[in-house]
Amino acid sequence: MLRFVLRRLLQMCVVVLVLSMLLFAWLRSLPGGPVSAILGERQTPERRAALEAALGLDEPLPVQYQKFLQRVLQGEFGVSTKVLPGTDALDVFLTRLPATIELAVLALLLAVVIGIPLGYFAARRAGSAVDTTTVIFSLIGVAVPVFFTAFLLKYFFAVEWNLLPVSGRQSTGIDATRVTGLFVLDGILTREWDAAWDALKHLILPALALATIPFAVIFRITRASVLDVLDEDYVRTAEAKGLSTGVIRSRHVLRNAMLPVLTTIGLQAGGLLAGAVLTETVFSYRGVGEALATSFREKDYAVLQVLILAAAVIYVVINLLVDIAYAVIDPRIRTR
Amino acid sequence: MSDPIDPAVAEDVRRPSYGQRRRDRIDALAQAGAVDDTPGVSLIRGAWLRLRRNPVFLTGAAITVCFVVLAIIAPWIAPWDVTARPLLDEVRPQTNPVPGPQPGHPLGGDDRGRDLLSRLIVGSRQTLIVGVFATLFGLIGGVILGTIAGAIGGAVDSLVMRIVDVMLSIPSLLLAFTVASLARSPSQWTLIVSIAIIQIPIFARLLRGSMLAQRSSDHVLAARSLGVKKRAIVFRHMLPNSIGPVIVQATLSLAVAIIDAAALSFLGLGNPDQRQPEWGQMLGLAQRYISEAPHLAFYPAGCIIVVALGFTLMGESLREALDPKTRR
Repeated sequence: MLRFVLRRLLQMCVVVLVLSMLLFAWLRSLPGGPVSAILGERQTPERRAALEAALGLDEPLPVQYQKFLQRVLQGEFGVSTKVLPGTDALDVFLTRLPATIELAVLALLLAVVIGIPLGYFAARRAGSAVDTTTVIFSLIGVAVPVFFTAFLLKYFFAVEWNLLPVSGRQSTGIDATRVTGLFVLDGILTREWDAAWDALKHLILPALALATIPFAVIFRITRASVLDVLDEDYVRTAEAKGLSTGVIRSRHVLRNAMLPVLTTIGLQAGGLLAGAVLTETVFSYRGVGEALATSFREKDYAVLQVLILAAAVIYVVINLLVDIAYAVIDPRIRTR
Repeated sequence: MSDPIDPAVAEDVRRPSYGQRRRDRIDALAQAGAVDDTPGVSLIRGAWLRLRRNPVFLTGAAITVCFVVLAIIAPWIAPWDVTARPLLDEVRPQTNPVPGPQPGHPLGGDDRGRDLLSRLIVGSRQTLIVGVFATLFGLIGGVILGTIAGAIGGAVDSLVMRIVDVMLSIPSLLLAFTVASLARSPSQWTLIVSIAIIQIPIFARLLRGSMLAQRSSDHVLAARSLGVKKRAIVFRHMLPNSIGPVIVQATLSLAVAIIDAAALSFLGLGNPDQRQPEWGQMLGLAQRYISEAPHLAFYPAGCIIVVALGFTLMGESLREALDPKTRR
């Protein structure tokens, strides 16, 4: 087991190194080059020359790459020009991160709570009208862009029926104490129930929109996996020896069918982040995704660097954790 | 172990990583091109016989044909010029920012007084151009890489496939955003290139997989023993026989390309020129008028959904028809 984890860690380091090279190449090929990327709008010929010398842009590429790595490791990414002008780019990421964590966790929770039971019942009644309908809906779901789902939810629930807030993370009138940066958790910790409730109301619509992405996958995998298990010999054996339907369903079918579902849940990180870029933009929800969208559009390269690198690292780490979790559950993986 | 219902999903059961999942799905499709040795109807003929009676395929094909015809004849059937602003006099920024439906303008106008119906009709062109060219370039890039990997094999194969696997493991939409941000002056070609790049690894892996399935087949062995040149074997025996799954994937990719293109223009990474209408861009601009004129978003979104659904239905039923597990 330890050897498996070590091997995976080593592989991860290689991937991160390759990614950092890609990021370096990307920065070098940005319109205007790395100097413009760091200076942004504040560039003057003098500053440009000074920074070029300081960055050693006359030096050979491997040396430049090494210096780039040093700056990355020290967390020096430069100053944000557009997202939060004047703030250090790393701080922009850190202040925005809790908002997206809150959003992603709730979205994933919704997808699990709705997707698994629905997938299970669709499989149990495979071929029935219920099953066909849900499968058709999941096909349509593939064709609906997530930002339009977000727009629809916003239009009906926030604008037309006025049930939930239109945008943001917290109403302006509320004076909430910040502890963790997760607004709902903060409200609960400080017993400011109105603040927690208000933050939750702001979360519901974006989370629902975002949940459609993992929901589709979780639903499909649950359905396929339950269908798979229902066909297994041990289920037939259980039926043959006269176990009650309830026991067969809970112990033999559901428990075995859940393994692949559990692992795919961890793998939704990439899709969630791409989806967060779009949903957060629609709801002006100030998270990492909105920062990413703004910095892409307004060319805030300092922030972009941090966000892309962070996204890549988070993604790789989650993948590693999922692999390890899976190896714990299924010993066959370890010997691969 | 019993037969899994969906081979792509069943693969997930055993190998968990996201990139792996995408890789397995592609490989399952590649297998579909393997030669069926049993005598009888040919693969394509058999597939066509099944498709002809499949309502899902027929619906998808009908939508696709309508959309393509519409995009081709768009400038001639659009009632108004897309840059003309016949309703400009009715636009009141404070009270009535978006003119409603009226005689001559069944859907009304947009916030600049341009006819909405005409812009929707002509917008189909941009969507088709972006979708088709992005998929085409992705396909060409993927076919070149896949052929190199599948035909040469060995170290070249390993190298190409490593690069392809790294690309597959990056969430595709984020990769597209990153590529699009490199453009000095964004245009519709930014969309096409960035979406083509995220399609390349999919096609490359798919073609390589189905070429490997060909390499060990009897007809390639026969050609080789007859002393046919390697180049001729690759281009005249292996490639034509492995292209089927690639065509299926292209149909599915078209739907994804259209949605991804809409997402990119929605975020403002596409063509900044608003004179030529494009559905994703229209949808993005409509956000401003969510309370006054939600229909401004509903129409282009509806178009995107219907077209993407058309390609998805067609692609999924093609995939099922070519899948050896469903052949009877």
